[in-house]
Amino acid sequence: MQIQGQYRSKTYTRPRVPIVATIAGVVATALMLFPLYWMIANSLETNQEIFSIPVSLIPTSVTLTPYATALATQIPHLITSIIVALGTVIVSLLIALPAGYALAHFHFRITVIIVFCLLLTQMIPTVTLSTPFFLIFNKLGLLNSYGGLILADTTYAVPFDILILRAFLSSIPYELVEAAFVDGSDEWGAFLRVIMPLSIPGIVTAGLFAFLFAWGDFLYALTITTTNQIEPISLSIYTYLGQFSSQWNDLMAVATLAAIPAAILLIAFQRYITAGLTSGALKG
Amino acid sequence: MSTKTSVSGSTVVSREKKRAAAMRTQRSGLRARWVRWTFLLPAILYILLFYGYPLYYSFSVSFERYDLQAEITGMAPFVGLTNYLTVFHNPVFQSVALHTLFFTMGSIIPQFVIGLALAVLFTHRFPLNRLLRSLFLLPWLLPLVVSATIWRWLFDQTNGIIDQLLTGMHLVPAHFGWLTTPVWALVAVTIANIWIGIPFNMVIIYSGLQSIAREFYEAAAIDGANGWQAFRYITLPLLEPVIGIVLMLGLIYTLKVFDIIYVMTGGGPANASQTLATWSYNLSFSQQLFGQGAALGNVILLIALAVAVVYVWWSGHTAKTYA
Repeated sequence: MQIQGQYRSKTYTRPRVPIVATIAGVVATALMLFPLYWMIANSLETNQEIFSIPVSLIPTSVTLTPYATALATQIPHLITSIIVALGTVIVSLLIALPAGYALAHFHFRITVIIVFCLLLTQMIPTVTLSTPFFLIFNKLGLLNSYGGLILADTTYAVPFDILILRAFLSSIPYELVEAAFVDGSDEWGAFLRVIMPLSIPGIVTAGLFAFLFAWGDFLYALTITTTNQIEPISLSIYTYLGQFSSQWNDLMAVATLAAIPAAILLIAFQRYITAGLTSGALKG
Repeated sequence: MSTKTSVSGSTVVSREKKRAAAMRTQRSGLRARWVRWTFLLPAILYILLFYGYPLYYSFSVSFERYDLQAEITGMAPFVGLTNYLTVFHNPVFQSVALHTLFFTMGSIIPQFVIGLALAVLFTHRFPLNRLLRSLFLLPWLLPLVVSATIWRWLFDQTNGIIDQLLTGMHLVPAHFGWLTTPVWALVAVTIANIWIGIPFNMVIIYSGLQSIAREFYEAAAIDGANGWQAFRYITLPLLEPVIGIVLMLGLIYTLKVFDIIYVMTGGGPANASQTLATWSYNLSFSQQLFGQGAALGNVILLIALAVAVVYVWWSGHTAKTYA
């Protein structure tokens, strides 16, 4: 009986499973991504087609008019979003990189407390912070400003980035820094010249998440802007929805525009994102 | 000579490392210690300025009658716990709490189950596995406003495809107001939230599944266990820590949810889809009752902290079981 068992585990093959699994995977993915397909398909339809009943699953009269309309109105908002998101990335990395490095390699007694606080900050609901942010920024004159938005959006990114960078940087051996000491370098010099070039993957991952968090922010954009001077795309979709609530093809075009950065970054940096997600959630 | 003893009873090797590290700093003197703090100081300042101070501010405002008048005059009288009591005694509060409970449980459980099923699927080797798995991340990375807008269109009363599909199957009357009918408004936002949460659950559970050693399954196969038994007696127990994290994070993230509900239904109709988070925003920014809004915001924070504490207790408890 035992010999038969050993035989089975070596030669046991289930040739049918891979194809069944692929079919199941494709169906599941298709169902999951259907809303996205729907958004893009509807953004290419004419007014007649989008309101036709029964609805057409594949657009028959493809038109780019909704995109023309969307671009005509949304470019300033897209630029605002880019500015705010890039600003968030820069500020977040400036704070998170040295901190992640310090928490990874320097043996402070309060390291555990700091890591604990970072995990705690990620649990603070954004709604809880929105009221004090509004009141404080109002007093400081930071409402309706790029600076205010950037600072508010960094609260999404900084703790997450510190934890991710700490995980990435702890895999770089400190011996490399000590070698630089021997060559006459100091801590910051070694950090900038030795560690930074080696931590590009970590920097990219952290920057990516900071960008996506800031790009997708809605609540702070909603609360910190009281006029339409500065309106990131996340907020302008919402106002567009309120103004033109039945122009769904145009709305879907605007939505697709807002979704493009996420899609591009996901495709280009897919490895970094899955690595960042698992390291941030499990090791942190 | 250092008389420090390490807490965990480490071996000679790591004690040597610690002594070497201490000697490294001692050799360079105070200057090295001071320089090292400059790496961490910006982050510490940031945490104090952007989380510590706003939280303190939120608590102090919640104890004041801070409304529009206070914002203008700068005078907000101290009222103790009045804001909290006013919020709790508000007739809306009970239904808001119930909605939050339904929304949270109704989101987390399906997200987890579906995420688990998908993660198990993806542990098998099949063509396109990698590609499909990364495509699954798309919904999670989209701006929430975009997802909310799409779902609002899907549930649209006049032309939404969901309405047309279900009407075509004769399950609902035509042009049903999904987002404008009590109960169904909450169901609709829950469904949208489930969709958004599946990728996160799947990714975390998948990496948890990957870390379970193959040997366990091979041993079970030799003992004659079928797939379902292997899942029940090997996978689930070994997955417990990951399940704990996913559920805890899911709970806390769901408590935070704002964008989806605000964009899809605005909390309506008549507070039918209002949760603690959206109502806190409503109190502060629609009704200008900042004191009450802050109070409710703090309550949500305390609930999240309670969840975290329960998780820490639970994971410590289960760690002892396996020790």
